Amino acid sequence: MHVSIALLLELGLILAALGLLGALARGMTLSPIPLYLLAGLMLGERGVLPAPAAGEFVQAAASIGIVLLLLALGLEFSLAEFSTSMRHHLPSAGVDLLANAVPGALAGWMLGLDGVGMLALAGATYSSSSGIIARLLGDLRRLGNRETPSVLSVLVLEDFAMAAYLPVLAVLASGGTWWQAVLGALVAVGAVVSAFAASSRWGHHIGRLVAHPDNEQLMLRMLGLTMVVAALAEFVHASAAVGAFLVGLTLTGQTAERARAVITPLRDLFAAMFFVAIGLSVAPAGLLPVLPAALALALVTGLTKVLTGRYAAARDGVGRRGRLRAGAALIARGEFSIVIVGLAGPHLPTLAPLVAAYVLVLAIAGPLITRFVGARPTAKSPPSRAGSRPPA
Amino acid sequence: MNVNEVLLPGVGLRYEFTTQAGERIAVVARRTGEFEVVGYAGDDRDEGWPLFRLTEEEAEALAQILGAPRIAERFADLTREIPGLSSEPVTVTPASPYVDRPLGHTRARTRTGVSVVAIVRGADVIASPGPDEVLRADDVLVVIGTQEGIDGVTRIIQG
Repeated sequence: MHVSIALLLELGLILAALGLLGALARGMTLSPIPLYLLAGLMLGERGVLPAPAAGEFVQAAASIGIVLLLLALGLEFSLAEFSTSMRHHLPSAGVDLLANAVPGALAGWMLGLDGVGMLALAGATYSSSSGIIARLLGDLRRLGNRETPSVLSVLVLEDFAMAAYLPVLAVLASGGTWWQAVLGALVAVGAVVSAFAASSRWGHHIGRLVAHPDNEQLMLRMLGLTMVVAALAEFVHASAAVGAFLVGLTLTGQTAERARAVITPLRDLFAAMFFVAIGLSVAPAGLLPVLPAALALALVTGLTKVLTGRYAAARDGVGRRGRLRAGAALIARGEFSIVIVGLAGPHLPTLAPLVAAYVLVLAIAGPLITRFVGARPTAKSPPSRAGSRPPA
Repeated sequence: MNVNEVLLPGVGLRYEFTTQAGERIAVVARRTGEFEVVGYAGDDRDEGWPLFRLTEEEAEALAQILGAPRIAERFADLTREIPGLSSEPVTVTPASPYVDRPLGHTRARTRTGVSVVAIVRGADVIASPGPDEVLRADDVLVVIGTQEGIDGVTRIIQG
């Protein structure tokens, strides 16, 4: 077997650099996603540090990355959480969709994009990053706050909306007609519903297909099944990502919990490659002209997310400061906006740099704003109440 | 006591309750197995003050420590149903002649007719200990039997 020294060396250096960047981001309670994008930008052919040998691997790994991202999302999903969120937060989901997708669509129209481009940009501005936000709330130790369930509910409903949206976009972006897209969406929604029905009725059977006491077996079966389903989904133009999401949805209970544990490190690796690959596909020089548009869009949709969060938290009876915290928490965009570029980007060359710049701005600004807006004035000691001991 | 359960989609569950002293406390149980204990004390009643964070193992130890004294209580509940039967915790004092000796050597059962149904050792509970179980200083024996029998065991154990 021929060992490619260039591949190993370049890949090793890339991974080590990503590790350093990630550590840097974590230290500042920021998301590593924008840094991975930047790394990709620098590594490209026209970038500062080209890495030709690793490039091919990164591209291949990116396809796996998008599949694993969506598989992990499907595994996270539970019907109980969805139906509870639906019951309390359906109006919030409506406000979320209107307030955040419409500015994206309008911006697309003003930039002269076609219908597909407008739809893609609407999706990119609509979907907050559940990955960044859930982690951020944990890091900032706000899981106990009263506004947190409303924030998480909005995220769950967004994820569900994405399951219907992605196949539509995938079909339209690959040049399909409207009726094909509607059909694709119906198939996807039908598949989601039947996946739920299947997982609640026969979930244990499907679980048995992949379940095995041995972690190695579980991981291999899990990946095998997911990739085959993803390939089939891609073949019928429903997008591999959606196929993977469905596999994740179908698995429930104990199997899902263990699958989550074995998949997480792999997902982290391949998702990082996916973000790097998106960065690679964008020429750094192309970023500058779209920067004003990206900044304006970030400002507008940052504000509309704040409104969304405030509305959702107000429905749960949260006070003024908590509502503001909820709004700020929703600002971060990330993996989904990039997944959308991954689907629609190849057919819309102007979209990738715009969304990349947009995500760069909001994946950095979102966590920062979340951290400082509505935070407690002093972060050291709990406030003493009248009659209780002053804190030592 | 009323414990309110709040779903945190994608993250886990939050249990909230108000103590008798009027303090509001919440426990966030994350899917990853970690726990976070939060108090609500500030002027912003929506904002939780992080008190401490526990790993799965630490949470289990804490639960056992908090739950241990109640084991004896629960036996007390049980014995209330049966006239003449009592249950009491008996502490193995450091001065006890049976420290570091097996439970069987006390011959508690033959001498008093009382059963040692559990040994509470720090955070651990040894349920229905055998005669080979070695006693340690500060162990608490949960004994069940007649009141005279229990008094007898206390005298034997504490020397």
